[in-house]
Amino acid sequence: MEKRMNPALVVQLIISGFLMGGVYSLIALGLSLIFGVLRVINFAHGEMMIWGMYIAYTILLLTGIDPFFSLVVSAGALFILGYIVQRVVVNRIIEFPEAMQVIAMIGTALIFENGARLIWGPDYRSPASRFALSSIWIGEIMIDVPRLLAFLIAILIAALVFLFLKYTDTGKAIRSSADNRLGALLVGTDVNRVYAVCFGIGTACVGAAGALLVPLMPLSPHIGPPFTMVSFIIVILGGMGSLIGAVVGGLIVGVAESVATIFLPSSLKQIVSFTLMVAILLLRPKGLFGR
Amino acid sequence: MVKVYTFLGLILLILLLLPLMLNQYLLGIFVFIFYYAYLGQCWNILTGYTGNISLGHSLYVGIGAYVSTMLSMHVGLSPWIGMFIGALGAALIGLIMGYLAFRFGLKNVYFVLITIAFAEIGRLVALHLKPLGQFMGLFIDFKPGWANLQFKGNLPYYYIGLGFVIFSLVVVRMLELSKLGRYFVALREDEDAAESVGVNAIKYKMIAVGISSFMTALAGTFYANYIFYLHPTSVMSMALSIEIVLRPIIGGLGTLFGPLIGSFLITPLAEISRSFFAKAGFEGLHVLIYGVLLVASVLFFPRGMISYIKKALSPVLRGSK
Repeated sequence: MEKRMNPALVVQLIISGFLMGGVYSLIALGLSLIFGVLRVINFAHGEMMIWGMYIAYTILLLTGIDPFFSLVVSAGALFILGYIVQRVVVNRIIEFPEAMQVIAMIGTALIFENGARLIWGPDYRSPASRFALSSIWIGEIMIDVPRLLAFLIAILIAALVFLFLKYTDTGKAIRSSADNRLGALLVGTDVNRVYAVCFGIGTACVGAAGALLVPLMPLSPHIGPPFTMVSFIIVILGGMGSLIGAVVGGLIVGVAESVATIFLPSSLKQIVSFTLMVAILLLRPKGLFGR
Repeated sequence: MVKVYTFLGLILLILLLLPLMLNQYLLGIFVFIFYYAYLGQCWNILTGYTGNISLGHSLYVGIGAYVSTMLSMHVGLSPWIGMFIGALGAALIGLIMGYLAFRFGLKNVYFVLITIAFAEIGRLVALHLKPLGQFMGLFIDFKPGWANLQFKGNLPYYYIGLGFVIFSLVVVRMLELSKLGRYFVALREDEDAAESVGVNAIKYKMIAVGISSFMTALAGTFYANYIFYLHPTSVMSMALSIEIVLRPIIGGLGTLFGPLIGSFLITPLAEISRSFFAKAGFEGLHVLIYGVLLVASVLFFPRGMISYIKKALSPVLRGSK
């Protein structure tokens, strides 16, 4: 324990947690966007993410194209899947009691998780990406190049989503439908299409994030649910429906999980996040940035 | 009413005599039908009747299983007594969680999330406790006998499981007829309205959590002494919580016979397809089918199979109401 507490290691863990947090931010951004607009919690979020991972992985395997480029395909595919899920499932349960919504979304999650398992098999896979082993040293601190790239790209995509919502017509329609569904209907917005596009963008975010994670961790069909949980924790921390909250929350949770490995075995790091979530739920259920 | 009771009595008689015709494999399937019907009923008390969805009920199964097993292994206490100590422990945890959640006004999705968080914390802690075998899991010694709740062959488990189911049906039926049950339903339908006429929402929701977690934990002991192996990823997992939720929803949420009907429909399907698909190399397909069933039941028959069964049986039981 004494040896582990050296300051360089702490800085190291903070940095690598922060970089990972950027990807968390992108994942949570998608969830928060969907919740903010549709008022539905996507319990299949992490399960959809692994589809993004597997798509990037398959492209890497077949063509050698790095996930950092093929993330465009992952995001596009997940946009389509999200659009379909919204049309087939979410759109029909949007007026249901929340209880029934949760159950339908859990069902959707099981379909995605086990669909991936049927297609790609249950085993863990760690593809060799071109950047996998490269790293930069700054003094005693090591920075993983794939992690740094994943962070930068994730933040870039998040920024693009913000710009899209702020300046494009579709983005404005999404924000107005979130603010006032009836009002948007009255001025002739096709709310169902807006909802479907919004759900698609949310799942495209998580699809891109999945591709970014391919070089960082072994993938298996069953790593989805923990990511769903992490994204819930982040969104609750940041404030349900708050996009800035999702980004900031992602960075906080990334650092917290990483620093926690100083005190706890890494298999227990999730306890920190869950405890954080319970505390936030009880003390400030609106989250840091919630209205 | 007489006709309904005759009908139910007939079904009970069939279930009591059925083992005469079943082999060990089929008996085993029935044990699981009863086990999941009972768990579904326990969950139904909280979720079906008061409307608070728990996706962390596996936590109570795990507490029940581990407490009674540890007491039996280290103190030599019979599981018949240990199961009640485990149930008290589970109820305590359930009440702490319920108090926090209700005191701070967590509803709907927020309540779901806190139940998941508690269950996951429980699973992670259990996974790191040395006496529970950590990642190896815990093997339970086989010492058959009534005192140890362990038997050779499935027949005794069949009758104990059936007993559990009847016990849960009686409890829920008594609830339905009592003032307490009416309060539960009032809180589910409209909490603000119920409170405005003087129903103490926190108190009655706490009672529901307490009963539900206590009863759920009893089944954990049963499971431990039927399977003889415990691992947090099987008895405290989200997967088990989903199994628990599935049957009452398919059968009919908030109804007396929903969980049992759901279990009769789903459990054999699950047991057969699990082994069948695994043999054919399609592991996971049966869980995918669970997913489809959950989505379909919400979209197409949100009131559950029981509404169709009632309709089908109404000519037989006509004039009974």
